[in-house]
Amino acid sequence: MTTFLAAVLTATAPVVLAALGGLLCSVSGVFNMALEGQLLWGAFTAVLFSHLTGSAWLGVAGAVLCTTLYALLLSVPAVTFRADPVVVAVGTNLLALGLTAFLMRQIFGSGGTFSSPELAGLPTLAALGLDAPVAGSQSPLVPVAFLLVAAAAWWLGHARSGLRLRGIGQHAEAAESIGLRVPLYRHAAVLGAGALCGLGGAQLALGNVTLFSEGMSAGRGWVAVVAVMLAGSRPWLGLAACLLFGAAEALGFRLQGLGLPQQAADAAPYLITLLALVVVAAARRKEAPV
Amino acid sequence: MSVPAVELVGITKRFGDVTANDGVDLAVERGEVHAVVGENGAGKSTLMSILYGLHPPDAGHVLRAGTRLRLRSPADAIAHGLGMVHQRFRLFPGLSVAENVVLGAEPMRRGVLDRAAARRSVADLAERYGLDVDPGARIGDLPVGTRQRVEILKALYRRAEVLILDEPTAVLTPGEAAGLFRMVRELAAEGVSVLLVTHKLDEVLAAGDRVTVLRGGRVTGRFPTAGTSADDLVRAMIGRSLATAPTTAKKPPATTGALPTAKKPPATTGVPPTAKKPPAIAGGAPYRLEVRDLRVRDRDGVAAVGGVSFSVRPGEIVGIAGVAGSGQRELVDVMTGLRRAHSGTVLLDGRPVGGARDRRVAYVPGDRAGRATAPDMSLADNLLMGDQRGFLLGPGRVRGRAAALVERFSIRAASVRAPIAQLSGGNAQKAVLARELSRDTPVLVVEEPTQGVDVGAQEQIHALLAAARDAGRAVLLQSSELSELRALADRVLVMFEGRLTADLPVAEATDERLGAAMTGATGVRRPAGESTE
Repeated sequence: MTTFLAAVLTATAPVVLAALGGLLCSVSGVFNMALEGQLLWGAFTAVLFSHLTGSAWLGVAGAVLCTTLYALLLSVPAVTFRADPVVVAVGTNLLALGLTAFLMRQIFGSGGTFSSPELAGLPTLAALGLDAPVAGSQSPLVPVAFLLVAAAAWWLGHARSGLRLRGIGQHAEAAESIGLRVPLYRHAAVLGAGALCGLGGAQLALGNVTLFSEGMSAGRGWVAVVAVMLAGSRPWLGLAACLLFGAAEALGFRLQGLGLPQQAADAAPYLITLLALVVVAAARRKEAPV
Repeated sequence: MSVPAVELVGITKRFGDVTANDGVDLAVERGEVHAVVGENGAGKSTLMSILYGLHPPDAGHVLRAGTRLRLRSPADAIAHGLGMVHQRFRLFPGLSVAENVVLGAEPMRRGVLDRAAARRSVADLAERYGLDVDPGARIGDLPVGTRQRVEILKALYRRAEVLILDEPTAVLTPGEAAGLFRMVRELAAEGVSVLLVTHKLDEVLAAGDRVTVLRGGRVTGRFPTAGTSADDLVRAMIGRSLATAPTTAKKPPATTGALPTAKKPPATTGVPPTAKKPPAIAGGAPYRLEVRDLRVRDRDGVAAVGGVSFSVRPGEIVGIAGVAGSGQRELVDVMTGLRRAHSGTVLLDGRPVGGARDRRVAYVPGDRAGRATAPDMSLADNLLMGDQRGFLLGPGRVRGRAAALVERFSIRAASVRAPIAQLSGGNAQKAVLARELSRDTPVLVVEEPTQGVDVGAQEQIHALLAAARDAGRAVLLQSSELSELRALADRVLVMFEGRLTADLPVAEATDERLGAAMTGATGVRRPAGESTE
């Protein structure tokens, strides 16, 4: 049971980080569909910096920095030039897929999967002297992910900037009319989402495993988008949606061990996500006013 | 003489080739209610936008208590004690009243929002100016009149000493409007200067101290309200005198149809609507439009229309009044076949209305850009829609037809090929009417025909509706302008919470009676949200 719970947390953490970023954007009124590409970019840059410096933590820092910069590809067109964020996001997602594959061949000299003994992964909490039944096997970024959810929930409710961000998302014109600089907040939200995706990508490539493979985000960014759509502006609900996905992934992995074909196990989390989307949409329809 | 609280000096503003303001001077004293009137496009909104820092003027400047201001944004205007309540409210629907009021100038305690202080100061302000608002309520749950009070509180919280109200009564019931003006007078008594932007002249004369009239971006008149008549203002506004009530002269006597079912709620006034039955041309004719015990539910099963019955004879205009959201929209949707009723029937010339846009119904929707037109398509295409026959349209035939309608309905447009969105509100509305009236239907359903339409076009539109009636059509006219209903309708029905609370011949439809029925003060009343069954 503890190994199962540990597997759930491991699977959930990258998705939660990306979803939290998406949620901040959604609260600010920008629909961020670029999470998938940013997670992948984060994973790649984490591996790159870890490999170059020999330090997993510099890998994490590099991923956060690079993915924040990568998020400019969304924030500048979508916020400054008012392009459709969905269209821009599709572009940046495709770019991430191609760019990581290209750079991988250029820098590491091979396609597919890159792994090397020199590549430093994140230590487990146990290795840092914080051993506990479920948590011990996790990287330090896992508790950070869950703490960030709590921090975001509190911040949105109690901080001045949190209240303003909510207001901007609900009625940008109203926010402008009381003198708020709407683009500033939106840029911050999109770039913040980039930083969180960088963190998520680092956890994916240096925490869950210690390698980079092409397309390794494998739809987790999309699941995060779904979690945002389910959660609206409530971070705890977003966390719940991500946990559901994480549980499905961990369960699929388990069932694979019991003889379930791998393809079915791989599909399980996405099927669950789809199901949740349908169920919630149906429930919403019922309660929505005309 | 004292220094004016705010003064606009020689304001000129151009948008491309259009000069929206041309050397406008305007001074407002402390504690004065100053009305700014003019037709749509006269430059009122532009002038207020400049004062509120939304647009920089091309020439001229703003003085506040004698000091010249540089207004680069609303934040600058707010900092100098200016506040604006926009026609379309700028509130955050998901946030509370207190959050809405303080947002942007939040009280803080140790780096954290001080929610208690926010609620307290909002409650204090509300008390001081006699504005009845619960600071904890969510904006989305509040009626429009209350939301407007929140907007005013928002300005007062920011210590506004000059308050700009842009068309404040457009969304209010007569009762709410009266309340607003009491409030405005109270604010003025406290030393607040109020700029009241409106096109309703009775309001100007009732609530204002002085009036500035704009026309074509220039000031065409300045009047003290004392001793000024509505006619003086109209002359300054449009440069000529309006033929008052263009339709009443040739209108046949009011007809009243007895409601055919027993479910009729009692009339508001105690005067039975059937009391006098003048022998009108329409009097003996069979009903063209009959609505019997109509019930419409929204998705939650809540009654939007809860048992409505009435009928309209040929050559009769029946008006529908009511606060927005009282079920008028749903009622009209059923008439036009756009929504299915839960129970009850709608008969046109004795046969039930069928399917979406029954061809026997002409419909002029209130939502011009969303429902009545496809804004990005050309005027010609919009004039054609719903009436195309055959497989091929033939561009020549389309344009020919469009040109004929443009001529007949005197629609002013640069080209029939230009998008209809480029037309002014009045011309776009005339285009919709042209399309709908060009088909010979027994029934005409009209929503808010003159909303966002300038005074000149209003006259033409009213004449068109009167002509449709004279041609023997049954006309159902939903409007929030009581004066419009009184000018055109033979009978006025009032809806409240999905039911009819009044059915009055126009002669008896006074503001007081209609206002009372609109708030459900008398007649059948149900608590909101209660299901029919």
